[in-house]
Amino acid sequence: MSALGHELTHDHAHDHHHKETFITKYIFSTDHKMIAKQFLITGVIMGVIGIVMSLLFRIQIAWPEESFRIFSWLLGDEFAPGGVMRNDIYLALVTIHGTIMVFFVLTAGLSGTFSNLLIPLQLGARDMASGFINMLSYWIFFISCVIMLSSLFVESGPASAGWTIYPPLSAVPQAIPGSGTGMTLWLISMALFIAQSLMGSLNYVVTILNLRTKGMTMTRMPLTIWALFVTAIVGIVSFPVLLSAALLLIMDRSFGTSFFLSDIYIAGEVLHYQGGSPVLFEHLFWFLGHPEVYLVILPAMGITSEVISSNARKPIFGYRAMITSLLAIAFLSTIVWGHHMFVSGMNPFLGSVFTFTTLLIAIPSAVKAFNYITTLWKGNLQMNTGMLFSIGFVSTFIAGGLTGIILGDSTLDINVHDTYFVVAHFHLVMGISALYGMFAGIYHWYPKMFGRMMNKNLGYIHFWVTAVCAYGVFLPMHFIGMAGLPRRYYTNSAFPMFDDMVDVNIIITLFALVGAAFQILFLWNFFYSMFYGKKAPQNPWRATTLEWTTPVEHMHGNWPGEIPEVHRWPYDYSKPGYEEDFVPQTTPLREGEKDGGHH
Amino acid sequence: MTGLLTIVIVALLGIAIWQLTKIFDLTQSKYQPGQEYLSEVATDKDNNINGYLMFGFLAFIYILTIYSCVKWGYMPLLSDSASEHGKDVDTLMWITLAVIFFVQTITQFVLHYFAFIYRGKKDRKAVFYAENDKLEFIWTIIPVIVLSGLILYGLYVWNNIMNYDEEEDVLYVEVYAKQFGWDFRYGGDDNVLGKANVRFIEGINVVGVDMSDPNAQDDVMSKELRLPVGKKVVMKMRSQDVLHSAYFPHFRAQMNTVPGMVTQFIMTPSVTTVEMRERENIIDKVNKINEARHNRSRDLIAKGEEGLEPYAFDYVLLCNKICGRSHYNMQAKVIVETPEEFESWLKEQPRLGQQVADEKATTTTPEVEIEIQTPDTEIVVDSTAIVAQIIK
Repeated sequence: MSALGHELTHDHAHDHHHKETFITKYIFSTDHKMIAKQFLITGVIMGVIGIVMSLLFRIQIAWPEESFRIFSWLLGDEFAPGGVMRNDIYLALVTIHGTIMVFFVLTAGLSGTFSNLLIPLQLGARDMASGFINMLSYWIFFISCVIMLSSLFVESGPASAGWTIYPPLSAVPQAIPGSGTGMTLWLISMALFIAQSLMGSLNYVVTILNLRTKGMTMTRMPLTIWALFVTAIVGIVSFPVLLSAALLLIMDRSFGTSFFLSDIYIAGEVLHYQGGSPVLFEHLFWFLGHPEVYLVILPAMGITSEVISSNARKPIFGYRAMITSLLAIAFLSTIVWGHHMFVSGMNPFLGSVFTFTTLLIAIPSAVKAFNYITTLWKGNLQMNTGMLFSIGFVSTFIAGGLTGIILGDSTLDINVHDTYFVVAHFHLVMGISALYGMFAGIYHWYPKMFGRMMNKNLGYIHFWVTAVCAYGVFLPMHFIGMAGLPRRYYTNSAFPMFDDMVDVNIIITLFALVGAAFQILFLWNFFYSMFYGKKAPQNPWRATTLEWTTPVEHMHGNWPGEIPEVHRWPYDYSKPGYEEDFVPQTTPLREGEKDGGHH
Repeated sequence: MTGLLTIVIVALLGIAIWQLTKIFDLTQSKYQPGQEYLSEVATDKDNNINGYLMFGFLAFIYILTIYSCVKWGYMPLLSDSASEHGKDVDTLMWITLAVIFFVQTITQFVLHYFAFIYRGKKDRKAVFYAENDKLEFIWTIIPVIVLSGLILYGLYVWNNIMNYDEEEDVLYVEVYAKQFGWDFRYGGDDNVLGKANVRFIEGINVVGVDMSDPNAQDDVMSKELRLPVGKKVVMKMRSQDVLHSAYFPHFRAQMNTVPGMVTQFIMTPSVTTVEMRERENIIDKVNKINEARHNRSRDLIAKGEEGLEPYAFDYVLLCNKICGRSHYNMQAKVIVETPEEFESWLKEQPRLGQQVADEKATTTTPEVEIEIQTPDTEIVVDSTAIVAQIIK
């Protein structure tokens, strides 16, 4: 049933007689709140798998070519004979780790969850524009997860050409075993993933444009919605290009075409391919690949705006500037992809163009960071766990984003491209910063999702240990990158010039092991509190936005009776003239009171 | 077993902490019925503790950064560059790092300091300060100016690196990448590389030189890259099978090798291997490396394996684009020597024309024609020509 249909023909004064079975309530639900939780839990499970993979290859890198029982146990005798990880399996782990984390956890798990949860609730809509397509998008996502995980059990190994799967390595099975069936499954999984992402994005855009409640103008939308809106649009523009790259790659692999391949001599023979170029693939891949990383960070930014302002009991600083920055980042993100290709062999003139646009994108990002900091100034900071993660988001976004200035400069990139410097950079901004955004969202909206509170003290321990370990893993990594250590190396012991960096790699691995172990506290808290957490009230964080006006017990259509009307922007925290330190959006304006940030 | 025990211990730790917090909660019976959720909402005490922790975390970030710089700060990619453009690259890197470190220090300080000083208190009221366009303008225009400066300098250096005057007196070398090693080819006496395509790979002709090209006869193959100091070298790069990347960190040089395409990188080596070995920073690094190798040797010998040889500095070529199973072990030595040494070495090397002829003479099988029966034989010839045009 679509929310549009409901609006035109019904009002919700009386109950709908949907006969709800276990299947329709928990499995094939079309209710956006249930779908949000489905995305979240699937994303969390994929995250656990992804992080375990990272521990395996970190152990290999720190103590190379040694036998570990955990390798035998998890990888088996084919992939880890005698407990020693096979060299191409290292590459397979790195590949699947990257794919799972970027797409399945930080895209589906982050924007899938929070778009579904918050868009109708914060805008005053009964549900998404199409609940059916929404449900379909989750189940196609689920199937793509299953296919991706099934590729781990293929005899010749999962895809092993890096998450960037450049041909010819990914196109020619003779080049590496994982480019056989494993790569085929990867492509199928990703094609489905892209389809579900597009379904979701279309739903989000239509809902945001059409289903806002009375009084909810675009400039009264919370920044979270703005961020999710912009994310959806960028996704619609860029994901189809990856799909086309994947289709062309499938054709090269299985139908004898030469889109990306030419003049290849491998395994003692010349292959038939003629006239194609791997650089074409790189362009197509990164045309998505770069906006993709902004698809990851933008929802986290939106979440942070909400969590920081409600916990600081202050309006977000510079609401209009934040919106402008979001739009600027979205636009610029589509014209910077070449900074991943400075040394690809493309025309050096392009290198100049992309350096220019890349350094431009630093500006709106900087504006946002400064606005977050100013939101804290003279606030009354409530240090709930969500707030801690949001502050951590700003800290790691700045730290990681600054090194982007080096990588975005073509001249400097010559030396650090494909080294651990890049790995440190993108982990700080994606693996840590965006992940913190996700954690902040989970801790903040948990009462909304599950009607219960997460345990506060476990949350604090989770944050502080994670924060220390996160910097402990990735700050030193910059230095080994600067020392020229390439990424995706099965072992660093082949080149004597890296022998003095063994201790750094061990330190990084140890921090990673401890950090990963302490995520167990989060998992415990997350799953335990669902059933045994303290029951949450309607508005535990005393926030102004609409989602906190719905009943704690979930209901289809979100509000019993009429949808509330909105009279003001969402950031009236500590507004002068009001006794309470927050004024919900539904409170009408007083005589002569102006709406917005002016006072 | 150890792994299982570790997981169990960590899980138990988690449960223990959880139970401890529960006990703590039980002592807090101060909540009205219906208000129990407040035990999971931050109190003034929580705000205080976390506020202090925020400030302490700032110290952690600073200390970790300083420790890392001190301990691992000799970054070969910041000093002791071995090429002429390397100096400009390093200068740009230093300036950019200075800007980054400055911004990082200030912003992390302000962020964590604010988190500390404005930690929530019951009687505190936040200030309703929602916008200031002037401030927005200031912190927009300053990054614009700073970044513009960095961009302009960066593009200036990039232009110098990527472009060369074809009239100049340069040395052409082919850098050929394959799974899993490198081959180098010199133009020989005429300094012109013969045309090549992988379809011509046969026997000793490992990089597929078209031997019918007269320029190919005097080409010189090598497993090491030898370069005369002070002479601009144009490295023409090819790949046999998949993407590789020729990464010469000491020379601040990197370029992907792409099958089906010829890429290039131009540089002028400025420090010979011998000179580099005498530099203080390099001697320090070599000593550190040999210490680590010595320790590793001890462990290896104890296990009954062979020890490691001591390391002497050499320029090195690494593969820097994921290319398969042995991506981590595609090595080649790069030697920079005086022009005289280089010339005398080059003179002594066998010529490819001769090597191919010798090989033919000693093999008993008849000359093998490249059997390409596909109708695109014409295209094969064309692609050689295209490739050959690019390799001057």
